[in-house]
Amino acid sequence: MKVCLVVDDSRVIRKVARRILEDLGFEVAEAGDGAEALGWLRTVTPHVILLDWNMPAMSGLEFLRELRAQPRGEAPRVIFCSVENDLERIREALSAGADEYIMKPFDGDIVASKLAMAGVL
Amino acid sequence: MQLVARLCAERAGLRIDPEKHYLVENRLAPVARREGFSSIEEFLGAVRDRDEERLIWALVEAMSPSETSFFREPETFELIAQKVLPDLARRSEGRPLRVWAAACGTGQEVYSLAMLLSEQPAAGSTFELTGSDLCERRLEKAQSGLYSQFEVQRGLSAHRLVRHFENAEEGFSLSPRIRSSVRWRRVNLVEDVGRMGRFDLVLCRGLTPHLTEAARERVLKNLVDALSTGGILALGPGEAAPGLVAAPGLAGFLMRAEDRRAAA
Repeated sequence: MKVCLVVDDSRVIRKVARRILEDLGFEVAEAGDGAEALGWLRTVTPHVILLDWNMPAMSGLEFLRELRAQPRGEAPRVIFCSVENDLERIREALSAGADEYIMKPFDGDIVASKLAMAGVL
Repeated sequence: MQLVARLCAERAGLRIDPEKHYLVENRLAPVARREGFSSIEEFLGAVRDRDEERLIWALVEAMSPSETSFFREPETFELIAQKVLPDLARRSEGRPLRVWAAACGTGQEVYSLAMLLSEQPAAGSTFELTGSDLCERRLEKAQSGLYSQFEVQRGLSAHRLVRHFENAEEGFSLSPRIRSSVRWRRVNLVEDVGRMGRFDLVLCRGLTPHLTEAARERVLKNLVDALSTGGILALGPGEAAPGLVAAPGLAGFLMRAEDRRAAA
């Protein structure tokens, strides 16, 4: 079973994402910010990470840069999932190594479509 | 309901399932409001009593199928980029290739082609892209190139979004370069479409299941007649056209049997 790590400081978003991802056949793990997510990655490498941008301890962008700098850090697909819809910010996310980008609010069709584009569905 | 079904069948060959009350309500409520009626019933009463072409067409256009998204069934677009257009370009002897997205709704299908062509131009070829639909309002939206956040997330990758769009006040605006590469026509496919000329590639995916049997025959004949020699027709999954056979090596694409023999 494919594993998806959902990194978001909103419990509600994590719950909605979990429901959608489990319906799509993923095993889901959760982290409340980038720092917690990095800790989680010391033990398991997920197939895909659904990543919020604005979080308290470590932003999604900082997390992504740190992830991609790590050995085997290129492996997980990363899909940003944020309220940011400025194309400059989306460019920034893609340049930092994001594979796809979801603008909130999202639904199951959008998540499935983006997972497929990122090559994990 | 009978009035809606009759008008849709007469004017555009559309088959309206009498069971689908919700569909009629969803589609006609905004039209009734726009036309200044307080309810769908009042709007339908006016359509029946006044017999005004403008109101009748407002109804029929709103009931025509509108399901669309960018790069719908992405494997179709992959084949178009990798195989269909390069093959057609090789045979074109330098003349522009003509491509028609029929019943293209709010334009996502034909703009997907335009983006594809700007990203991977088939060597030495030029293209004329035409998008058509029955519904004037959908064509207006298509021409504006403005799409909501929800629409640009259906089928469009983030890489294509940042490459081909700009932020707009509400949603996203397609770049003028892509927008200007498409010509638009209002076309009722059950009528004579001879004025459109001949095309090397015609896409009309997902329309024919919504047509009456007689209209389906007429529309398919029109689409086949619109193909140039060696031209390719793309219909939706499970749709077929009499007189056409599968194009060699191109799953889901059709061509005339005699063209296939000549190409062999």
